[in-house]
Amino acid sequence: MFKILKYSFYDLARSSWTYVYFSFYFLLGVVLLFLNNDLDKAVITMMNVIIIIVPLIGTIFGVMYQYNAREFTELLLAQPLNRASIFLGQYFGVALSLSISLVVGLGIPFVFYGVFLSTVIWNFFLLLIAGIFLTFIFTAIAYNIALLNENRIKGFGYAILFWLFMAVMYDGLFLLSLIVFDEYPLDTLSLLGTILNPIDLSRIMILLKLDISALLGYTGALFKQFFGTPIGFFISLLSLTVWVILPTLRIVVISKRKDF
Amino acid sequence: MVKIQRLEKKFGKNRVLSGVDLEISKSGIFSILGPNGSGKTTLIKSILGLVIPDNGSISVFGKNIIKGPAYRRHIDYLPQIANFPNNLKVKELVQMIKDLRGCRADDMHYVEYFKLTSFLNQSLGSLSGGTKQKVNIALCFMFDSPLLILDEPTTGLDPISLIRLKDLIKKAKSKGKTILITSHIMRFVEDVSDEIVFLLDGKVYFKGSISDLKSKTNQQDFEHAIATVFSENHV
Repeated sequence: MFKILKYSFYDLARSSWTYVYFSFYFLLGVVLLFLNNDLDKAVITMMNVIIIIVPLIGTIFGVMYQYNAREFTELLLAQPLNRASIFLGQYFGVALSLSISLVVGLGIPFVFYGVFLSTVIWNFFLLLIAGIFLTFIFTAIAYNIALLNENRIKGFGYAILFWLFMAVMYDGLFLLSLIVFDEYPLDTLSLLGTILNPIDLSRIMILLKLDISALLGYTGALFKQFFGTPIGFFISLLSLTVWVILPTLRIVVISKRKDF
Repeated sequence: MVKIQRLEKKFGKNRVLSGVDLEISKSGIFSILGPNGSGKTTLIKSILGLVIPDNGSISVFGKNIIKGPAYRRHIDYLPQIANFPNNLKVKELVQMIKDLRGCRADDMHYVEYFKLTSFLNQSLGSLSGGTKQKVNIALCFMFDSPLLILDEPTTGLDPISLIRLKDLIKKAKSKGKTILITSHIMRFVEDVSDEIVFLLDGKVYFKGSISDLKSKTNQQDFEHAIATVFSENHV
C-alpha cells in the first residue's frame, strides 16, 4: 500500500492542480488576515469557506483521479499486489496531497501573521484538523462513487450532487423538518441529523471550541446543552473519525468484487 | 501452465463467457481470436484476476488463482490501452513497476531496444500515443516471466517498432515461454502464432494450428478461413 501511496503522491505533487489548490488557500489566508486584522474573525471566516470548499475539492479530485487512473489501475492489478492495497494506496495518496496543500497553503500566512504568538493557535489547529477530516471523508466517498459507476459523467454527477446535498440542501431540509414536526420532541432527531452530516459536524466542532454561542445555531446549542463543551467536542471528533473509516472500508469491499 | 474449466461470466444481462474450457500446457505462441464481443479480453482478464468469474476455475502454474495474487509475479501483462500517471517521468514509472514487482528486471535493455533513452526524463503526459505503447511494451518484457499475456500489442506502433515487437515475441518463444496474444490484425497473428484459440459465443469454437483451421474450412489462406468461420456462424 505504501509503495502505491508514494507514487500517487509523487504524481499529484507535480500536478498543476495541486498548486492551484495550494495558491487558493495561500491567497485566502493572506487576504483574510491582512484585511481583517483580527485572528478570531479570520478563523471564523476561514471556517465558513473551508467547510464548503474542502469537501467540493475532495469530491472532484477523488472522482477525477480514480477515473483518470483507470487504465493504469488495470496495469497495477496485473502485478502481484493485493487489490485493497492498490486502492487504499491511491486513495491515501490523493487525500494526503490535498491535505498538505490545505495545511501548507493556510499555514504559511498564519505563521507569518503570528499565530504562534497568540492564544488563537488552538482554534487555528482545529480548523486545519476539520479540513483534513473533510478532505479524507469526501475523497473516500468520491472514490466509492467512482468505483461504483463505470459511466464517468454519471459518476461525476452523483459525486457533485452528494456534495451539494451535504453542503447546501441538508441544512434546509433539516430546518424544514424541525418546523414541520415542531410539536414533537426533536432533540434526539436533531442530534442524529447533525451526526449524519460531516459538514455540520465540523462546523459544530469548531464553534464549540471557539465558544461563540450566537453562531452555534439550534443543533449546536443542543450539542452543547446535551454533552457540554468537552464531551460534545469529543463526540463530534469521534463521529468524524467514523465518517472516515466507513467509506474507507467500503473502498476495500467494493474493490474486492469489481471487474476491470 | 494455464488451465481453465467451465468459465462463465456475465456483465449485467450480457453473457460474455458461457463455459470456456481451455488448457495450455506447453510453451509457444497462442493467439486468442474471435469477433468483437466474443470475450477475448474478458478471458485474459480473468486469467489475470482483473475480472472475477461467476463460475468455473482457473489455475496458473498448477495453483488456483483465487488463492492470492502471488501467481502474477510469473506473468507479464501488456494492457490494451497505455495510459500512465501524467506527471511521472518514464524512468520513475519503470522504477515504480520494478519496485512493486520486487524482482530483477532488464529494463535498460528494452529501453534502448525501443529507442526510449532520450525520453527517460520526460513526463509520461508529454509522450505521443505510439511512444507510450513502446514504454508499455518495455515494461511488459523487462521481467523474464514464463508467461506473457499481450492484449492487442500492435496498437499505435510504427512499422519498425512492429518488426521489433515481432522479434521480441519470437525470442521469448525461443526461450521456452508461453505467450497469449489477442489481436485483430490477422497478418500479425498468422506471422507469429503457433496455435490459435477461436472464441465464439463465449465458448472455445476451435483450438489448433493455423493449417488445421485452413483444412477445416477448406480455405487456402488464413484470412479467408477466419471469414468462413464468421459467415458460417452468422457473425
